[in-house]
Amino acid sequence: MKPPRFSYHDPATVEEALGLLAAHGDAARVLAGGQSLMPMLNFRLARPGHVIDVNRVAALATVSPGPDGGLRIGALVRQRTLERSPLIGERCPMIGQAMPFVGHPQIRTRGTLGGSLAHADPAAELPAVMVALGARLTLRSARGQRTVAAEDFFVAALTTALAPDELLTEVALPPWPARTGSSVQEVAIRLGDFALGGVAAALTLDAQGRVAGARVVCFGVGPRPLRAAAAERSLVGGAPSAAALAEAGRLAGAAVDPSDDIHASGAYRKRLAGVLTTRALAASLASAAAHAA
Amino acid sequence: MTETRAISLIVNGRPRGATVEMRTTLVDFLREQLRLTGTHVGCEQGACGACTVLVDGEPVRGCLLLAVQADGARVETVEGLAPDLEHLTPLQAEFVRHHGVQCGFCTGGILMSLTASLRDNPRPTEAEIRDTLAGHLCRCTGYQGMVDAVLALVAAAEPAR
Amino acid sequence: MTAPASRPAAARRPAGGYIGAPIPRREDARLLTGRGTFVDDLEMPGVAHAAMVRSPHAHARVRRIDTEAARALPGVLAIVTAEDIADIQKPWPARMPSPVPGTSVRHGVRHTLPVAKVRHAGEVVAVVVAESRALAEDARDLVEVEYEVLPVVATAAAALAPGASLVYEELGDNIAAHIIQRVGHPERAFASADHTLRETFRVMRGGSHSMEGRAVVARYDEALDSFTVWDATQAPHAIRAILAYLFDLPEHRVRVIAPPDVGGGLGPKTSFYPEEALVCWLARRLRRPVKWIEDRLEHFMSAAQEREQVHTIEIAFTRDGALLALRDVFTHDVGMYGALIAPVITACTVPGPYRVPNIHSEFRAAYTNLPPTAAVRGAGRPQGVLVMERMMDRMAETLGLDPAEARFRNLIPADAFPYPVGMVFRDGAPLTYDSGDYPELLRRALEIADYPRARREQAELRAQGRHRGIGVAICVEGVGLGPFEGAILRLDSRGRVVVTSGAPPQGQGYQTAFAQIAADMVGVRFEDVDVVTGDTGAIPYGIGSFASRVTANAGPAIALAGGELRQKILAVAAHLLEAAAADLEIADGAVHVRGLPDRGVPLAQVARLGNGGVAFGMVMPGGLQVGLEASAYFAPSQAGYSASAHVCILDVDPDTGEVAIVRYVVGHDCGNVINPLIVEGQILGGVAHGLSNALYEEAFYDSEGQNLASSFLDYPLPSAREMPRIEMFHLTTPSPINPLGVKGAGEAGTLPVPAAVAGAVEDALRPFGVRVNRMPLNPARISDLIHRA
Repeated sequence: MKPPRFSYHDPATVEEALGLLAAHGDAARVLAGGQSLMPMLNFRLARPGHVIDVNRVAALATVSPGPDGGLRIGALVRQRTLERSPLIGERCPMIGQAMPFVGHPQIRTRGTLGGSLAHADPAAELPAVMVALGARLTLRSARGQRTVAAEDFFVAALTTALAPDELLTEVALPPWPARTGSSVQEVAIRLGDFALGGVAAALTLDAQGRVAGARVVCFGVGPRPLRAAAAERSLVGGAPSAAALAEAGRLAGAAVDPSDDIHASGAYRKRLAGVLTTRALAASLASAAAHAA
Repeated sequence: MTETRAISLIVNGRPRGATVEMRTTLVDFLREQLRLTGTHVGCEQGACGACTVLVDGEPVRGCLLLAVQADGARVETVEGLAPDLEHLTPLQAEFVRHHGVQCGFCTGGILMSLTASLRDNPRPTEAEIRDTLAGHLCRCTGYQGMVDAVLALVAAAEPAR
Repeated sequence: MTAPASRPAAARRPAGGYIGAPIPRREDARLLTGRGTFVDDLEMPGVAHAAMVRSPHAHARVRRIDTEAARALPGVLAIVTAEDIADIQKPWPARMPSPVPGTSVRHGVRHTLPVAKVRHAGEVVAVVVAESRALAEDARDLVEVEYEVLPVVATAAAALAPGASLVYEELGDNIAAHIIQRVGHPERAFASADHTLRETFRVMRGGSHSMEGRAVVARYDEALDSFTVWDATQAPHAIRAILAYLFDLPEHRVRVIAPPDVGGGLGPKTSFYPEEALVCWLARRLRRPVKWIEDRLEHFMSAAQEREQVHTIEIAFTRDGALLALRDVFTHDVGMYGALIAPVITACTVPGPYRVPNIHSEFRAAYTNLPPTAAVRGAGRPQGVLVMERMMDRMAETLGLDPAEARFRNLIPADAFPYPVGMVFRDGAPLTYDSGDYPELLRRALEIADYPRARREQAELRAQGRHRGIGVAICVEGVGLGPFEGAILRLDSRGRVVVTSGAPPQGQGYQTAFAQIAADMVGVRFEDVDVVTGDTGAIPYGIGSFASRVTANAGPAIALAGGELRQKILAVAAHLLEAAAADLEIADGAVHVRGLPDRGVPLAQVARLGNGGVAFGMVMPGGLQVGLEASAYFAPSQAGYSASAHVCILDVDPDTGEVAIVRYVVGHDCGNVINPLIVEGQILGGVAHGLSNALYEEAFYDSEGQNLASSFLDYPLPSAREMPRIEMFHLTTPSPINPLGVKGAGEAGTLPVPAAVAGAVEDALRPFGVRVNRMPLNPARISDLIHRA
């Protein structure tokens, strides 16, 4: 199938892009990596009057250290860069752990961080990773700027907090705490396809080896990434024993209520959330111990 | 509504200029306007990889890029690999030797992905080869001939001990 | 990086000839350099582009089609509906009678565009032609169709239920065929057996998903009132016949050409489709070539496919594990149209390589409001293999036997050929296995898989709480189907042998394999042979490339014609050399007297004389027949039977349901092999398709006949990363049916894979009591099986 007609704009600056969004709002779609929008255009599932191609807005494509030791990643940063950047690998290992599950090498050449987040597919990895990392997303419009916690950004399947005239410009990640390990676990029918279920987890240990902080985010099990808060709470302050990790898994499974679809029963996805939580926590623990030095 | 735009780009080392509709994808532009039909269209959603070309050295889905987005870019397609039928590249020659082609529809995209990944990593393991090929679908060959072709290429490049 | 590497050296004639040699393919250079000639690659000046308006409803009457707004769009050249094409709206001819005597197929009558109602979601109701595909789709968006939606039957079971909505009113019910075949006295055998077992299996397959979809361009020549149709079809002569019928033209005014490159066929490109007639009609109306290129969504929606069979199968056996009887009753979803190929083949595949003295085989094929069906690589055989192999495993379990041992106790021995099964095959001939050595095939597969060690490892791993499984499957495959295929061989003015055959390739390497046969039989060099395929204008009769039939039909035809051509060449050369033909030999592009290499004539010179090239007005030398050409149509007396044995060793993660294949061994017997490289490639490709049917792809439709998995995101196919390395060996039991001793190999890889994988998964999960009765599997299904067991 071939795309429908649209007006095409390729602004060079953020301000230009925002002006276009202000003018066209609902009738516009932002084209970043194109790996989600182009199929929709090709299949005529999306028929925007205006396509705003932001690929020339160099200001959106930078990776820089955050002022507090964290990271600032521009929305246009390619998934391939997320895979390979030494700065990202050093300051935020969880991102690199997610990347092997994201599509295929040829998709990652063009796909962007911002595009994946704005598309908000419930079975995608990067939204869950951002929630697990406690990322803050900068949304800009001609009216101004605001930041939104990742947890609040994902509203429902394929729906985010972005207003029609807003552009996601940057993701800010907090510093990676010492003695923190992380893991991303996923089951898909083929590696790289959308998840039947997945978990992004991180564990921070204190000097005595007890759990000082825990993040468990399940994806592919509901309309948006879900923080398994009860699972997280069950771990904090205690020893990260096998029993504790298993209990956290049980709590995570209990917290999700996925539905059936053609590929998997809701019951399977529920079990999977529990299994992958325990596995992700065990792997996080192992890498936290490695980071302890 | 502005419907068309003039673009100029380098395709297989040659400067090319054309006027394209905004909505025309890169692969349709290459095939229909430049008559470079060695790259094929298989799914128009980025899943099958038949449309893979190199843009500024990186493998991309030609069906998911607008031609206007390739303005000023350096594009490489399968036609640019070998100078002619008599002089196949070592990779192509190994594909022949190991029966890596059957109907040939997916072949152009696969050669481009392999070309890019071999530039980055000239001595991939079998697992790495299969990772590169993970973004390509072939319904004819079962892929084993292609994998063996690349392994043979790697082995042939090993200096004799 | 681009050091000039030469094209592979000219194939040297190995001792014994080209037949049997792993000669690299000549097709490859053009395909690797982007010079392939697929339909959409062909230059067609002035071509206009068609887009099909398709019904979103699975069953509906078309009340009104409003094309006014669509017509007004600039660049739109025509929009046609059923009324416009009234002159070709004849009912399509029925394709296939029932091959089983005493039974019949009830044909649903359809037309190019629906006259009464649409019968599947995706059926074409109108066509838009414009200057570009994008413009045609813009106009398509503006076409308004008013439908009166009707009730839908979306499974065979629903279609066969009393009171079901009818797909074809005139039939009175939805039964396309109800075919029973019986051998011996099954009821008696069941009544007196030591043991009987009964199971129900559901098997869902899917589409072809050749990487190139359907594609067709039609050109109309006004002066000759004729069509030239470039069509990515597997059966050009069949397409020609139907077009000629619809357009009331003699066949010689319809030329259908499958271009040298077709991007995979796998079955569905054998069928005739409305789009082929429509582009012809439009080309004639517009006096411009008209092209239609199927996109992937259209392939999902409207290309023929295979879907579900539901089998209830029973076996009776002695306490020593000898099969006494088999009863298999199944339903088959035909869709709104389709030949009954697949279910007939399924029925004939079930008995497999085993001695089964009593058989009751029965199926009902039902029309449904789903896309048409055809054979998809495997053609109903994987389903038959699955149910029988699962029962062999269950029998083994019942008796406490090793599954391989249970099979050995029933395999037809090597000295029992030709072996009559007692049923009628889909070609109407008695199902008689021509040759084979099933015990050796299985034995060697197990040996290569190191089966005893694999069982020991399994026990050790089980003790560690790991779930390893081993699945074994062995099967027989009817191949080489008739009625015939032909070949015309000529020596042309350049001294080259030109082989023309009707069967077109879609990747099988006929340009190489046919040249190998011709070179050996005529006695010329491989590089002096050209091959022309798939053109109804070049050879008058042909059937097509499907059913693993071409090597066993076209191969012998080429061989026979080649031998005849050689004699003609020698007769003309004998005249030129004033020698006896018996003293001549052909070498290095010339004919010379044996032992006297200097006394020879180039083949080009032989051709000049032999093809009537004496000087104008002169007399043709007496005794010479004009024309260095020979043609042969080989009609096999029956189908041949290849065999395969697979061993699958895999691990299952019981917590996630994921499967990891540890080893996969394939043994294959397709009789004599023309080109081992090509045959191996066919097997490997088939195994990938079979693995896809086992663990990946699955067609899903809801009760309204809507396709729920209509893109590759929901319909996964395995990539190289999903494929295990396949270990393969060959056995050769030549076929007595044709002079080359060849059988067929194109589909073989697909047949036993679902059975081997199902067996291995069930074996791995035996501690949980899991039963695999439904295919395909995926991690979720496997996990659910564990939790339900």
